[in-house]
This record gives sequence, structure tokens and C-alpha cells, in this order.
Amino acid sequence: MKKLINSPETVVTEALAGVAAAHPSLSVDVENKVITRAGGPRPGKVGLVSGGGSGHEPLHGGFVGYGMLDAACPGEVFTSPVPDQMLAATKAVDGGAGVLHVVKNYTGDVLNFQMAAEMAGDEGIEVVSVVTNDDVAVEDSLYTAGRRGTGATVFVEKIAGALAEEGADLAAVAAVAREVNERSRSFGVALTSCVVPAAGKPTFELGEAEVELGIGIHGEPGRTRATLTPAKELAAVALDAISADLPIGGDLLVMVNGMGGTPLIELYLMFNEVRKYLEGRGGHVARNLVGNYITSLEMQGFSVTVGRLTDELTRLWDAPVDTPALRWGR
Amino acid sequence: MDTEVFRAWIVSAAGVIEANRDHLTQLDAAIGDADHGINLSRGFTAVLGALGSENQAAETPGAILTLTGNTLISRVGGASGPLYGTAFRRAGKALGGAADVDLPALSAALEAALAGVQQLGAAREGDKTMVDALAAATRAFSKAIAGGASQDDALDSLAEAASAGATATISMQALKGRASYLGPRSVGHEDPGAASTALILAALRDAARAGR
Repeated sequence: MKKLINSPETVVTEALAGVAAAHPSLSVDVENKVITRAGGPRPGKVGLVSGGGSGHEPLHGGFVGYGMLDAACPGEVFTSPVPDQMLAATKAVDGGAGVLHVVKNYTGDVLNFQMAAEMAGDEGIEVVSVVTNDDVAVEDSLYTAGRRGTGATVFVEKIAGALAEEGADLAAVAAVAREVNERSRSFGVALTSCVVPAAGKPTFELGEAEVELGIGIHGEPGRTRATLTPAKELAAVALDAISADLPIGGDLLVMVNGMGGTPLIELYLMFNEVRKYLEGRGGHVARNLVGNYITSLEMQGFSVTVGRLTDELTRLWDAPVDTPALRWGR
Repeated sequence: MDTEVFRAWIVSAAGVIEANRDHLTQLDAAIGDADHGINLSRGFTAVLGALGSENQAAETPGAILTLTGNTLISRVGGASGPLYGTAFRRAGKALGGAADVDLPALSAALEAALAGVQQLGAAREGDKTMVDALAAATRAFSKAIAGGASQDDALDSLAEAASAGATATISMQALKGRASYLGPRSVGHEDPGAASTALILAALRDAARAGR
């Protein structure tokens, strides 16, 4: 597998150095692996911290900036960051109004963020955590680790970030974050696996005519394997799963997200199918994102996230944002 | 078992994790995201560095385990970091400041480690996790010393039960962690966390035997 790297051990730190050089609006501590807004916290504003394994770029570092995150903590590839990172990030973004942790529902993320929140609490910083668990592919039951946090994390970070930017308090910011999570569902399909740099080979093998349905974002196998079918049918598989769990009438925020290795031409084609499906069933795609937002290295595939909007959520989505990955209104 | 045995254990554990890095990663590719061996290897390399550093006072068995746990928490990430970190920290705390550790004290430390892991991760035996190796090993060790076994025999029981516990995970369906997303597809694969636990406990047996 060909990669643009120097060595597997240095991928994350060298990429962070590149992020730092490319984005003067960010302050990147390469050694401790914490990305914050340059200029420090705004007194009285709730700070937003998220993080997770590397390999999902632009999530989360690409979402640090005005109107969205205050800090992001990148772990090793596909590995949750450690409590030290989240503690440092939390302290760095504390403006005296408390800090929101946006945590994707994976055992590692939850445990490490939990430890960090306790440590921050010990230092007198109020931390509230919101866990995203929008993926419908995993049954939400006592018999699994619960639904995974996937595309809705982007929606949560943008909308909660907007409310925090307006000066809302921690309880309100946490409430809107939970609301967005609850009103959103996602489903992903892989055409290929991906290659973790240190592993050197694909995490799993898919045949020429096979797809993996119900994938997560870490290159792990999904729930079932199926035969590759035209895009229209793959869109229907994803949206059948989503609409079985979420009413899709009314105004919708829809993301067709590339897993990293799928070209934009295919993502737009997929969005066309997604839009036709939803609007044929009473949904109105009021806002959208098409592109790579929460990826798995070079995996080919897509995920769809459908979020049910309200007037207020739409207003917060439209609010100005200035980050490497999302930029409008400024 | 004195401080040197515990130091030798951790050094040996680091070696065996490194030697099995690709194997553990392979296990984790089948039912996870292919990083368990890589993560533990990185963590134990850092532990060796911390143990060798003059700044860190690791003068008792308890201190060695606590330092190991703290370092793993700070360097491993994922679920393994907090879980193994907590296991070692709780064991270290249970051993207190004693310079020498007898079999009952070690048994209590293993129980504390297991309790810590189960509290944090909420896994029970049969969920297909490290608990399946650690619980079986802890139980076997306790039973062995209750039956008057020698140190060598008791530690053999520990290591063998851990290994058997890890092998037993093959037929289980994962109910915790990343493997649980696979549902029935997780059956037929050994849990990487149970495998690494078995390796670490075998290293304890080997270090104690070599130290006598």
C-alpha cells in the first residue's frame, strides 16, 4: 500500500506540524498533541473540546476555530487520545464559563474523556460531557458497546459551537448538543478497507464486487458484507436504515461524507441519490454538506448523516464559522 | 517476591508485548481496528523509559506497578490505556509500600486489578474481553494458594488459566468494546485484550521463576 509518509511512527506528529504551518489561526502543540484557537480563550465563553484518534481528518482539528471547537485532541491513528491531552485542552480553553466535552461513543474515547473530566473537575473547571451515538448500524442494546458516534459529531460541534459563540451558558450549550445528537442518524458503507500506517496492510479485505455495510470510522469491519450495487441502491440501504429510526419529514440537514478515498464526483452523485430518496418521502433537504468531513484514512466509501432541523437549529447552523474545514458567514 | 522481581516482570512483559506486537495487531484487525499491538508496544516502551529514569522513584513493587499504570494511561490511549492503567494502579496501591510481596498479597493485588478493570469497563466474564483472562487467572491463583501450592506452581496456575481464558474468548460473541459492533461476526476470533493479558501474566510467572 502506497502512502505519503516518512515512517509509520512519525505520521501524526509530522501531520500536526503541517497543520500548524498551514493554519496560523490555530495554535498547535505538536509534542503534547493539542490543537487550540490561537489567541486563547474568550473570558465568559463556554469552551468546546473534542478529540479522538487521528486518521479522521478534518475531524476534529479541522473544526477548531470561530463558531465551532476551541480545542481538539488528536490521538494516535484510530486510537483515543489520553487524559493528559484533554486535561491540557480543557485548561487552555477555560474562559471561566465551563467546558463542554464532545465525546464520540467508543469505549476508549468515553474512558479517556471521563478520566480527563474528573481531573479537570479536581482543578476547579466545570466540565459537562455530551456523547454522540448517531450510527444506526449498531443495535443500541445492553449487548454491545452501544451506538457509535459518527457524522452527527460534525453537526453537534457546529451547532453547539455557534451557541457558545453567542455567549450561552454551559447548560444551554450542552442541551443543544444533545438535541442535535438525538435528532440525527448516520449509516456508512465501505468499498475498500484502509491501511493503518503502523500495520502496513488493510484492516480487512473486500473483494472486487463486495461492500461492507454499516461501517464505523476506524476501518473495522461493519455489520454485514454485501454485493456492490449501483449508487442508488446503496443510498437506499443507508437511508432505509436511517429512516427506520428517525422520521425524515420536514427540514433536514444532510451530510454525504466521503470516507477519505472516494472522489468528489462520486460524493455528489451519491448526494443526488440521497436527495431524491429523501424528497420522495416528504423530506426537504434544507442544508447540506458534501465532502470529506469524518474520514478513515484512504478508505473508499461514504456515510450519510440526516439531521432534523428546527428554526433555531437552522439559525445556529447558518451562524458564522471560521475553521480550516468549514468557513462561512465571515 | 521483591522489587527486582517486579521490575523484571515489567521488563519481560514489555519484551513479550513487543515480540507479539504484530500478532496482537492481527487479532485486533479481525475484530477491531488493528492497533492493539501497536498501542501496547508504545505504552510499554514508555514504561521502560520511565522505570529507567532516575527522576522516578520506583523502589517498591507497589511503586513499580503504579508507575507502570500511570505511564500506560498517559501513553496508550484507546480503551486499553485506561483499563490496563487502572489495573496496574490498583494492584500497585494494593501492594502498598511493602518491599517484599508474598503470595496472599499478590492475590489481593490481582483481585484489586480485576475489580478496577470491571468497575471502569463494566465487562463481565463471557463478554469476550481482557476480563476473561484476568478473572480466570485471578481465581486460579487464589485457589492454588488456598490449596497450599508453591510459588512456582501457583504462578503456573495463574499463567495457564490466563491463557485458557484468552483461548476461551474465541467462541464468544463480543458484548463490549469495538468487537461488539460486529455482533456474531466476532465469534471465532481470539480477543486481543485477553491475549495480551495472558502474555503479561505469563511474563510474571517467568520473572518470578527466574528470580529464585
